Amino acid sequence: MGSLYAIYRKEMGHYFVSPIAYIFIGLFLVLTAFFFNVILAEVIKQTFQMEMQGMRFGGPSDFDAPAAVMRSFFGLLSTLVLFFTPILTMGVYAEERKRGTMELLMTSPVSELEIVLGKYLASLSLFALMLLPTASYMIFMVLHSDPRPPWSMLAAGYAGVLLLGGSLLALGSFVSSLTENQLIAAVVTFAASLFIWVLDIGRNSDSGASAVLQYLSVIRHYEDFARGVIDTSSLIYYGSFIALFVFLTVRSVDSMRWRRA
Amino acid sequence: MIEVQDLTKSYGAVTAVDHVSFTVNKGEILGFLGPNGAGKTTTMRILTGYMPATHGTARVAGFDVFRDSMEVRRRIGYLPENPPVYPDMTVETYLDFVARIKNVPAERRPARIDDALRKTNLEDRRSELIKRLSRGYKQRVGIAQALVHDPEVIILDEPTVGLDPKQIIEVRNLIKSLAGNHTIILSTHILPEVSMTCDRVVIINKGKIAAVDTPQNLTSQLKGGQKIRIETDAPEKPLRDMLAQIPGASRVVIEPARAGGHQAVTVEAAQGNDIRNQIAAKIVEHGWPLYELHGVSLSLEDIFLELTTDDAAHAQASS
Repeated sequence: MGSLYAIYRKEMGHYFVSPIAYIFIGLFLVLTAFFFNVILAEVIKQTFQMEMQGMRFGGPSDFDAPAAVMRSFFGLLSTLVLFFTPILTMGVYAEERKRGTMELLMTSPVSELEIVLGKYLASLSLFALMLLPTASYMIFMVLHSDPRPPWSMLAAGYAGVLLLGGSLLALGSFVSSLTENQLIAAVVTFAASLFIWVLDIGRNSDSGASAVLQYLSVIRHYEDFARGVIDTSSLIYYGSFIALFVFLTVRSVDSMRWRRA
Repeated sequence: MIEVQDLTKSYGAVTAVDHVSFTVNKGEILGFLGPNGAGKTTTMRILTGYMPATHGTARVAGFDVFRDSMEVRRRIGYLPENPPVYPDMTVETYLDFVARIKNVPAERRPARIDDALRKTNLEDRRSELIKRLSRGYKQRVGIAQALVHDPEVIILDEPTVGLDPKQIIEVRNLIKSLAGNHTIILSTHILPEVSMTCDRVVIINKGKIAAVDTPQNLTSQLKGGQKIRIETDAPEKPLRDMLAQIPGASRVVIEPARAGGHQAVTVEAAQGNDIRNQIAAKIVEHGWPLYELHGVSLSLEDIFLELTTDDAAHAQASS
């Protein structure tokens, strides 16, 4: 347990001593802030149109503006996650192997699981830290909406981003453990994430295979969260996804002992 | 303290370590000597639990390096070929990190870190970033890292590589001062290092052990004949004739004088046959100027070459 914490601390230190974390969080905030503005302006425009229509044809408008903003914003976050997580995980093992520090870790009384979990939790923490400031935009919007949408909707949305990000980080860590080259790690992680993303491509056909593929797609489950719904099957999906890739990473790190020539 | 039995490691068709057996006693310094690629690093990596052996067993402090790997790792301090340092950390935070993953209890950590810094002369660099340190200092950080948890066994892979002559002497003294309390294995391809620091030497070549003994025994065992070095400005032909008449003298090599120097002659004499006095008497008899005459015993270097180079052995046999 102490070793896991030591590795976690070391990883966090590595993110924040170097410019990585600052550049990362800064860029992410600039992008999200910009798009939040665009989304907000768009939804406000839409609301006016709806109201005009409501006046012309009578009856109240049932357009839920805050929900529309949240759906678009969480959709945007998911896209950014796809681009940011491969960069976050590309160096996790690749760099360690290149520097020869893997030899230190693997000859210390630390289990592979402690190494892998320490590193994974550190990347997840940085990811959460990156997301945290964006909550201020959402809170601002919720406070100024009338009627106010339930906070649980916001919480569900963020739970969704964390689970989606957590899954892709687990995938990225695994890929990073396979190569010494950071660029390869980033590109392969991105391609693999994209592939799992678009598995639901056949969502309009109703064959059995398409139902399975839809269930396997990372983004299908995310959409529920973005709508404020927490579905047990989605929780199980993300939980198993993360557990699977953490397990594979442990096996991969362990196999380095046999692979080293 | 360390028992290695029949250790073999193959990478596909290549056998890096081939049925190696040796033991190291508690408090001893064992030198692992061999040319590059002889299997020194592989053997060390097996001992530290970094990689498993293909065949054979190794025990450290009674624990099998494969089955009780965690117990072994707790007791070993290891400096790999390249110091395993994180460039973004300061020396002190790095040592703190290593102390943590080596399970040094929190209350003992500051004292252990100070001790490691003191032993490696790094006290004034403790808050410097490792990436700003020179090669020699990084190497010292690597050594400090191997000492920080006060391990029973210390394994150092080429500890003096990249250091300047002064630092090399410091590191050798440090290693010698660690013996007794710690059992040490160090590898090197620098011969004087072994005779200067080690109690015993394992000479390894192409994955096989060529010899295991003390540096003194190795030297005397292979002394065989004695070499005599003479500096004299005698004419070459009569000198050769004269030496040929001395019984037991063989393999006369004459190097012509360099600018400002004298002609140097090496003669080999059969064992137990001291011919130095005869040579001196003859030279004086001929009235040649004699500047120097002394016996040279075969150095570890000669032994090493003899044991590890097929060509050298061949040349020796045919002459």
